[in-house]
Amino acid sequence: MKKNSKTTDQKVPEKTSGMKRRSFIKLMGGGVFVLFYVGDPFKLLAQRRELPEDFNAFLRIDEEGMVSCFTGKIEMGQGVITSLAQMLADELEVPYDQVEMVMGDTDLCPWDMGTFGSMTTRFFGPPLRAAAAKARNVLTDLASEHLNLPPSQLTIKDGVVMDQHNPEHRVAYSQLTRGKKIEKEITETPPLEEYTKFTVVGEPMLRRDSRAKVTGDAKFSADIRLPGMVYAKILRPPSHGATLSSVDTSAIEGMEGVELIHEGDLVAVLHESPQMAELALSKIKATYTYDELDVNDKTIFDHLLAVAPEPSVSEEGGDLEKGEELSHLVFEREYHNSYVAHAPIEPHTALAVKEGDRIRVWASTQTPFPLKDQIARVLDISPNKVHVSPPFVGGGFGGKTSNGQAIEAARLAVLTGKPVMVAWTRQEEFFNDTFRPAAVVKIKSGVTKSGSIALWDYSVYFAGSRGSEHNYDIPHFKTRIFNRSWTAPPGTHPFATGAWRAPSNNTNTHARESQIDIMASEAGIDPLEFRLKNLKDEKMIGVLKAAAEKFGYTSAKSPSGRGYGIGCGIDAGTYVAHIAEVKVNEKTGHVQVVRVACAQNMGRVINPQGATIQIEGCITMGLGYALTEEIQFDGGAIHNKNFDTYELPRFSWTPRIDTVIIDAQHEDPQGGGEPPIISMGAVVANAIYDAIGVRLCQLPMTPERVLKAIQKS
Amino acid sequence: MQNNIQYSINYLMMKEIIRFELNHEPRELELDNDLILAWALRINFGMTGVKVGCELGLCGACTVLLDNEPVRSCILPVSEVQGKKVLTIEGLAKNGELHPLQKAFMKHDALQCGFCTPGMILNAYGLLMKNPEPSRKEIIEGMEENLCRCGAYTRIIDAIQTAAKEMKGGVAL
Repeated sequence: MKKNSKTTDQKVPEKTSGMKRRSFIKLMGGGVFVLFYVGDPFKLLAQRRELPEDFNAFLRIDEEGMVSCFTGKIEMGQGVITSLAQMLADELEVPYDQVEMVMGDTDLCPWDMGTFGSMTTRFFGPPLRAAAAKARNVLTDLASEHLNLPPSQLTIKDGVVMDQHNPEHRVAYSQLTRGKKIEKEITETPPLEEYTKFTVVGEPMLRRDSRAKVTGDAKFSADIRLPGMVYAKILRPPSHGATLSSVDTSAIEGMEGVELIHEGDLVAVLHESPQMAELALSKIKATYTYDELDVNDKTIFDHLLAVAPEPSVSEEGGDLEKGEELSHLVFEREYHNSYVAHAPIEPHTALAVKEGDRIRVWASTQTPFPLKDQIARVLDISPNKVHVSPPFVGGGFGGKTSNGQAIEAARLAVLTGKPVMVAWTRQEEFFNDTFRPAAVVKIKSGVTKSGSIALWDYSVYFAGSRGSEHNYDIPHFKTRIFNRSWTAPPGTHPFATGAWRAPSNNTNTHARESQIDIMASEAGIDPLEFRLKNLKDEKMIGVLKAAAEKFGYTSAKSPSGRGYGIGCGIDAGTYVAHIAEVKVNEKTGHVQVVRVACAQNMGRVINPQGATIQIEGCITMGLGYALTEEIQFDGGAIHNKNFDTYELPRFSWTPRIDTVIIDAQHEDPQGGGEPPIISMGAVVANAIYDAIGVRLCQLPMTPERVLKAIQKS
Repeated sequence: MQNNIQYSINYLMMKEIIRFELNHEPRELELDNDLILAWALRINFGMTGVKVGCELGLCGACTVLLDNEPVRSCILPVSEVQGKKVLTIEGLAKNGELHPLQKAFMKHDALQCGFCTPGMILNAYGLLMKNPEPSRKEIIEGMEENLCRCGAYTRIIDAIQTAAKEMKGGVAL
């Protein structure tokens, strides 16, 4: 049995599903359905997560032989619309183009906690394959009856079951399902196909949604139109920590077509034109009382250290004192990174409408099922009265696990009785975002005369624990986590924080791999050689060597003047190593990343094309937090309002990117959407040091900071 | 296409007829000068391929062609299109046959979430109208003001180069 593919015969009552199983199947017509629970219920219980309680189908084979794959996952650019179809096609042995994807709809798809953490392939893949294997068994049994042959004598190709001795004696899936309604539940894991038999998995496939996206046909939340719909503009405080004390709406009285809603903390104006709603909103006068944290983008790091809770120790070995004694050189450094915005080009958007006693919500969300529950709680209705349908999502990166806009739309739809669209402006997006937290890492490390790391004393404040493992072969080490998550208790951050692509790991890998580089340089050893010397993990050694080969790396002590920087780490089960080359303009402080090579070991690769594109995207996006992206703030007031004051990577930044994906088809697939971003801070910092001998320990490495560091040295 | 001409009559004082060509067809709109083109295209004419990302002309998702010139429709008053030709992504394919740029974007997987894609393609179209055989550097310069958060830039550059080769001998509109 494959890991993660355990299923259960435990009976789960169908109690909260918006649509009952029977009505679902009735709605969908004939065919074969396979129903079961997403994920491993025992694992979910261990994580104290809500057990999936709905009973929706994973897949359906209709009477024409078309296969529908139902998944609670959403498509936001990461490409699972393609890779899940590949997995299903292989396991069911149907042509890839006969698979249709139905994604994220809470009435139609199996419960899912959300699309984040690079988990779709790792954790949804196995149950999906089990469902497909089950369907294949059912169809084989039907074919056995139809052809009057024992199942052992049958073989399947492209959705056709045939006698292996006489291929002309055959029957297609579509013939077997015609006029039938067959439901099957998974009670035990059926045997899965051996990976060696896959013909679609492992093939580079182009995106299957690209035609819709290049023609404008692809619908995002803002593109859904309903008769009588209105746009809502919502009054926002000038800063986080400001509470509305009075509001004067007299100026909008008599404005034609404008509807005002004021309920509790929610002040909104609605109009059929978004411009008119915006105009009306601008006429509202409000006063606030302020209770903000006295902190800004400069003082935040001292503040974080001052409010840090007691740490938990996540890994420990040997004896730190002994490690220090053994060390010939000891280094103490502190690393900082600023708050960073998700900044998807599609702002948070939702359209909500009452449909009878239910409410329907189209939303740009990474978490349709949790959103359904959230809306139910806020409206004080049963979750089965809420139907969330996410159309295409225009980028998420973790930011669309927070669904404020959809809750606002749902509240307003109920209050007005109209279909209500809430589409945040860019300024609202920069205000309401759940930012990647500012964080501090302190490291004390030591290296012996022979260049072995003897000491590793690591403390991370407020980034979270993901990626905090040191990965190296170190005898004396201790890792302390001050606040395990990317969110923190009140009084810590001046505004909301949340998961940002490879959360925690960007901060931890930046600090760790910078520190490793410092030790290598001071020990007089080439940074690649130093890493290889201090690693035992063969997979990490493998990706480092592969990246070096792709890059054409040759050994040299740093700073070599070449501007090469190395970094490596593990995220979502995937091993990744990067080598970058930079050019530093010492007059302006401008850093140009010229090229990046990346090697990744992610186990079996479902879609090598998609995986490569995720590597390219991660490298490009990672340049932003490495070089420019930073929230500027004073108390709860955020100064970045739009893309003129928050600089995203652009065309001219794009380095040459070379990628290697290690062949590991015999291993279970691991994450792909996040791992290749984790090293970007460190590789650029290390490359700057290698270029000009100046070390920066704060992200982003803006031209001002680079110049300051040059002057200081 | 649903006729939405009556759209704003109820609340507007000043009325003016805007006549223009939208995706090769004559259109008109009775509206005030303050209406922004992106909203008019999306709401009045259903051209939802016009994406709104920043409302300040900074991201390029709303790019459309105005007399073959790429413009940021999120900051352009609709009065500016009087008597002119507007092309949105919906009007780029001809009788179901995709434009070489659209095909090249598909071939190179030059998109992820797809939200910036219509703006990218139309900006590239404007670039190729002026410079049918741009160098890589010229493509970067011409596309610099269009943002893609997913990081598809290298593929978009490759796609534009492929399309330029395909279109050699003229841009067919």
